[in-house]
Amino acid sequence: MMEGERSGRLAQLKTEWKYLIAKPTPEQNLASTNSLLKSRLGVKRAPRFRVSEAGKAWIALIPALIFLIVFMIYPIINTFLMSFIIHFRFMKGSGGSFAISNYIVALQLGLNISWGFGNYVSVLQNADFQNALANTAIIVVISVPLTIIIGLLIAVFLNSIKPLQGFFQTVFFLPYVTNAIALGMVFKIIFTDGSSGMFNNFLSWFGVSSQNWLSVYADKWHMLLVIIIYSVWNGIAFKILVFQSGLSSIDRQYYDAAKIDGANRRTIFRRITMPMLSPQILYITITSFIGAFKAYTSIISLFGAGAYNFGGTTAKNWETVVGYIYVVMQDQTLQGRAAAASFVLLLIILVITMIQIAVSKKKVVF
Amino acid sequence: MALQHESDQYFATPEQMRRYKSAQTIRTILIYAFLGLLGVFIIVPFVFMVITSFRDPDCYDWDTSNKIFNLIPQWWNSKYGRPNYTLDNYSTVFTYKSSSGNSINFGLYYANTLYVSIVSTAFTLVTSVLASFAFARCEFKGKNLLFAILLATMMIPGEMMVITNFQSVKSLAWENTFASLIFVTGVSVFYIFYLRQTFQQIPNELFLAAKVDGYGHFRYLWKVMVPVAMPTIVTIAILSLMGAWNAYVWPNLVASGTNPFTGTSMLLVSNGLMSLFQNTDTGLSHDTVRIAGSVVVTLPLFVFFLIFRKYIMRGVSRSGIKG
Repeated sequence: MMEGERSGRLAQLKTEWKYLIAKPTPEQNLASTNSLLKSRLGVKRAPRFRVSEAGKAWIALIPALIFLIVFMIYPIINTFLMSFIIHFRFMKGSGGSFAISNYIVALQLGLNISWGFGNYVSVLQNADFQNALANTAIIVVISVPLTIIIGLLIAVFLNSIKPLQGFFQTVFFLPYVTNAIALGMVFKIIFTDGSSGMFNNFLSWFGVSSQNWLSVYADKWHMLLVIIIYSVWNGIAFKILVFQSGLSSIDRQYYDAAKIDGANRRTIFRRITMPMLSPQILYITITSFIGAFKAYTSIISLFGAGAYNFGGTTAKNWETVVGYIYVVMQDQTLQGRAAAASFVLLLIILVITMIQIAVSKKKVVF
Repeated sequence: MALQHESDQYFATPEQMRRYKSAQTIRTILIYAFLGLLGVFIIVPFVFMVITSFRDPDCYDWDTSNKIFNLIPQWWNSKYGRPNYTLDNYSTVFTYKSSSGNSINFGLYYANTLYVSIVSTAFTLVTSVLASFAFARCEFKGKNLLFAILLATMMIPGEMMVITNFQSVKSLAWENTFASLIFVTGVSVFYIFYLRQTFQQIPNELFLAAKVDGYGHFRYLWKVMVPVAMPTIVTIAILSLMGAWNAYVWPNLVASGTNPFTGTSMLLVSNGLMSLFQNTDTGLSHDTVRIAGSVVVTLPLFVFFLIFRKYIMRGVSRSGIKG
């Protein structure tokens, strides 16, 4: 048994040996072979002080781990706990300390911490939150499929042309390397009310009268149109790039075979391109749903004038779930509610992702 | 014998060839038309941005006949008796000071953002390289469990962490300091994951060979793994720099005031842009200044993109992140 294992290891070493050193001198050859044999065959080296491999691993991990624990793991736990504390008040306990020590101080002082689902009840019953949830759902349901379909079309077309391909690729990638706030402001000004706005001016070529788009005079659906246009503009670059890298990895032989069999373009697209691209489509669908559900920056940048302006006279017309969380979070007495809202967001994202993965099991070809 | 089906005919007749060729031409034209139209849709905001940033603010606000986006720009405004175009917007963006003490200083915002971008990228790189090295090359107890926990946190929306981090930053008295912008969001599980994958592709034989030559773990990391994984590391650096340049939400929460140590504004470019003439009661729209601000924020990114185009496009398509 031992004998067989040993000769197996020797055979393995012989293959590894080829990779060792390009052109060693004979002395080096001997020395390295010896030390390799020693270390691989379990011959003990002369003892000297050294940190074990696990020790080195922990040394390498510590810088990242400290910050991940303080600013990621602990926050997740703390936010989760906070969401169950009714009337959570930050710094109620001791002042200037971590929130976690507030619990301890509160316990020591005998302050009552009442646990329960109160925050969840008040979040779910809150009109602003319901509004935010509905808004987010509308934006997601329209913008995600639209962006994916247009992105897919552009990627497929880009793949089928030769001249100017690089040029178009760069053009379609440009929105990715821009600042969402900066371009949101540009869109806001393109969609200025009245005949002087650029988009209204464009519409007038087709005889459409001037519309109010984003100002307090505009109605909700005009605002939605701008939000959707901006989301598509802003989100399309990434999708095109991912689809294109997927398309370029499809083997040409499939297409040649299909052509010989006399398949037309539509059949080729449906029977070859779509199945071969399905992993990318699934990936893009999941990430876009999550991204669109967390829409916030693009919306406030469209309405301008501060971080909590979501349009309309109440500045809440297109408040999103994340927007709601940020607004509520600013109120130190309502942070428990913000925590509950963020946990609801997490649950929604999880459920959507699971549904998509479940559906994909039937459709995606890996 | 009459042909039953198109495929029974082995060679196309000249008539069929002609039809096929013209169909092909029409298809090509349609594809280019589609791409061209959407390309215009992508480009127009940029063109509008550049042109408007040079418009004279008064002419832009009050001369509605000339406010629209002209396909052919008019140089001279006869109503005001001066050119339609000026550099004033840019000087406002960099040196504005109102009587009430409000000021705009994009030079300072640039410096802040550059500082945060560079330091936080360096921080991200050091922590990611070390941690992914541990995960890719070392064996230790609980490695898989730890890695699984870290991966699971990637599913959790950042807002959950922001709520507590906001409290932590206040407790640590990090508000309006660079520490809050660099350390809180500096370590990224995603980059660790991405780099670990690259590290794992480096063949084991290299490690054995290095060991034979007397390299320790860390010297091997520095002399072999880092150079081999350089393309990935550069990609991470670029994405991290871009992310820091575009950061808005977190800086807006923790660093929108003045730095307690230096007494200067802590605004980063995106935040500075958002606060440009936020509450204006002067009757002017200040649209042209805002647009000039947008150009000022976007331009460095564009230059950066043109230089590192290949790295950025490859990195984004491989790693699949929305910066």
